[in-house]
Amino acid sequence: MYGKKVKLRILFLSLALLAAVLTIFLILKSLEENVVYFKSPTEIKNINELSDKKIRVGGLVKKGSILSSAEKINFVITDFKNEISVSYKGAVPNLFAEGKGVVAEGFLKDRNFLVAKKILAKHDENYMPPEVKKALENN
Amino acid sequence: MIYNYLGNYSLVFCLIFSLIIFFLCFKSINDPRKIIEKNIFSLLFLQLLTIIISFFSLIILFVLSDFSNETVYNHSHTTKPIFYKISGSWGNHEGSLLLWLFVLVLFIFIFSLTSKKHPKKYRIFTIIFHEIIVLGFIIFLLSVSNPFNMNYPIPYEGLGLNPILQDPALAIHPPILYLGYVGSSIIFSSALAALVQGYVNKNWASHIKKWIIISWIFLTLGIMIGSIWAYYELGWGGFWFWDAVENVSLMPWFCLTALLHTIIVLEKRNILKSWTLILSIATFILSLGGTFLVRSGILNSVHTFANDPSRGIFILIFLFIIIFLSVIIFFLFQIEESTSRKTFFLSKETSLIINNWFMMYFLSVVLIGTTYPIFLEVLTSDKVSVGPPFYNKLLIPFLIPFFVVMAFGPKLQWIKTKFSKIKYTNFFYFFISLAASVFIIRYSEAKYLFSTAIFVTSFILLIKTIEGFFEKKNNFSQKLSHFSFSIFILSILLNGAFSTEFSANMKQGDELNINNNSIKFINLKTLNKNNYKTVITTFEIKDKQGRILKFNPEVRIYNQPEILTSEADIKSNIFSDKFLVVNLLKDDGYFNVRYQVKPFMSWIWFSIILLTIGGILSFFRKI
Repeated sequence: MYGKKVKLRILFLSLALLAAVLTIFLILKSLEENVVYFKSPTEIKNINELSDKKIRVGGLVKKGSILSSAEKINFVITDFKNEISVSYKGAVPNLFAEGKGVVAEGFLKDRNFLVAKKILAKHDENYMPPEVKKALENN
Repeated sequence: MIYNYLGNYSLVFCLIFSLIIFFLCFKSINDPRKIIEKNIFSLLFLQLLTIIISFFSLIILFVLSDFSNETVYNHSHTTKPIFYKISGSWGNHEGSLLLWLFVLVLFIFIFSLTSKKHPKKYRIFTIIFHEIIVLGFIIFLLSVSNPFNMNYPIPYEGLGLNPILQDPALAIHPPILYLGYVGSSIIFSSALAALVQGYVNKNWASHIKKWIIISWIFLTLGIMIGSIWAYYELGWGGFWFWDAVENVSLMPWFCLTALLHTIIVLEKRNILKSWTLILSIATFILSLGGTFLVRSGILNSVHTFANDPSRGIFILIFLFIIIFLSVIIFFLFQIEESTSRKTFFLSKETSLIINNWFMMYFLSVVLIGTTYPIFLEVLTSDKVSVGPPFYNKLLIPFLIPFFVVMAFGPKLQWIKTKFSKIKYTNFFYFFISLAASVFIIRYSEAKYLFSTAIFVTSFILLIKTIEGFFEKKNNFSQKLSHFSFSIFILSILLNGAFSTEFSANMKQGDELNINNNSIKFINLKTLNKNNYKTVITTFEIKDKQGRILKFNPEVRIYNQPEILTSEADIKSNIFSDKFLVVNLLKDDGYFNVRYQVKPFMSWIWFSIILLTIGGILSFFRKI
């Protein structure tokens, strides 16, 4: 019915289309598995069930809350409405300090306690992560 | 004071010249003469001159610390070293856009001088399309990000430059990266012009190839310098974080690398015309889109500095105009694909096309990963971030087939390669690679099956690229680039597999033991420097063999603006980098200490430099 050339072209096109669909599916699927949600302490207070997935908590480091020992660092993240305690073992970035913005990434033990695996702080002294700013404004 | 006016009015003149160039170009299209009128050249030159005046006015303002200028006030300080005063002029938003414009105008001037062998109309159209971009940028500068805004009353002191930007690598990073970005604008305008004029052929390909190579060299170097800076300055000890701002520079790179390979097919075989054009257009749109994402503050990144949404909207509108323009032109003007001789599937063309597929796949992963959080936040107001696991999971498995294609692709011939030409030595290579990989994997904590596959393929790639040097085919630049790429990949893999890290909080006098290494905090001293105070610490690290290494990482407290930075102490040798960084938590005597051993770190940088040398050689190669 159709020439060999047309058949080949249809085959090629459908293969390309299939590859494209598969690619996008693959990407979206691993996106779902690998994104890290960002919450403020208040939002954490209000979530219904704790998941065991990695999470980011952002806010300000409460003044006077940093407690260091040889093993780890404990501090409190606040959005001036609610607070969450964080325990962290590892290296901190330059701008990690009391009263400054911070994002802690890790696992929630309960609604008041986060075991952090990574601490992020932005490298501009006036800069506040947009998420933190928003979280602070909302409260 | 006077330089403010000088800079500002030069920009206005630049705008006027741009409009006149438009007018003259449109007039010149219908002119039957074969050469471009002299006055277009002189106007392009005048335009360049106005930008140079404007750019140097800004530099002079910075050098003089003239705080009547708002940009200088916001980003400079009298105590700043002269070198950073100068580099500060393009380290900020306004200045960096002026630099964009400078390079834009410089490139079109160079283009108009070096394209004399090509049809007049094609050149005129290139100038027209390019002037559209120039015009967009001038209006952008004059309306929402004028570097010459005045301050009144004149402040006595500036706000200072963020100290982590006071760094030699970051002083040259923006200009080099921009040369790469802006180089893609020439490719863009010339692609559109070639499309309009039906000039998409071998001649065009070999002409525009030079511009592609130039942009590619600068983009590669620019990304590398940014990465080196992040490595030693941010104190994280890594060189790539899959941060949004980094991704934004990587996306045009994938596109440009794909283009670099496709253009060879167009040059040699006169096929893949539409695809070449799409890539040319996409590269520039990604560069421009990247600028938009970085400057608008939409992207949530650790590298974002202060920003202003109105600027974002301007670039967004401009971006849409450019996309709209190119799509319309692309669909209005048909390209005659030459009905070429049939291509056998086992041929150089196919392998180059496969390279493009991989590049497009890598590009789409990075693009989706970077923009997904933005879309999700708009749609659901959920705030998310996409981190390294996503990229590792989606990119690394695909590297395995990519390396295989890269190892064998360049050996194929144009049009058709016979199966019988495949040599048995390849099996030998395979077993050597397998042995080497198993040996490596045994001593690392990597996943057995998966890591073996990736190591085997990258070793095969290395061996095949080395083998390439002994073959007679005379394209040294390609061999060198592929060889350095394989070194690059292997260094990254080995670096990933054998890096070790340790961190703790230590007080002066503390000693800790980790895996037979001992780390001792000897002492610290405080010094006052011109624009910062510094705490220099001394650490001793004793390794298994009892050798002692001394490290002196610093914590600096800058005065203007008041900010803490850590200066890591890195001991490099050819095998590994030893990286020690300390950080002050608060005034309780504890220092946050991170010690990392990163094997083959310098090989990563070295291989990228070698890669660009390959590019430079290919630029000077006669076809």
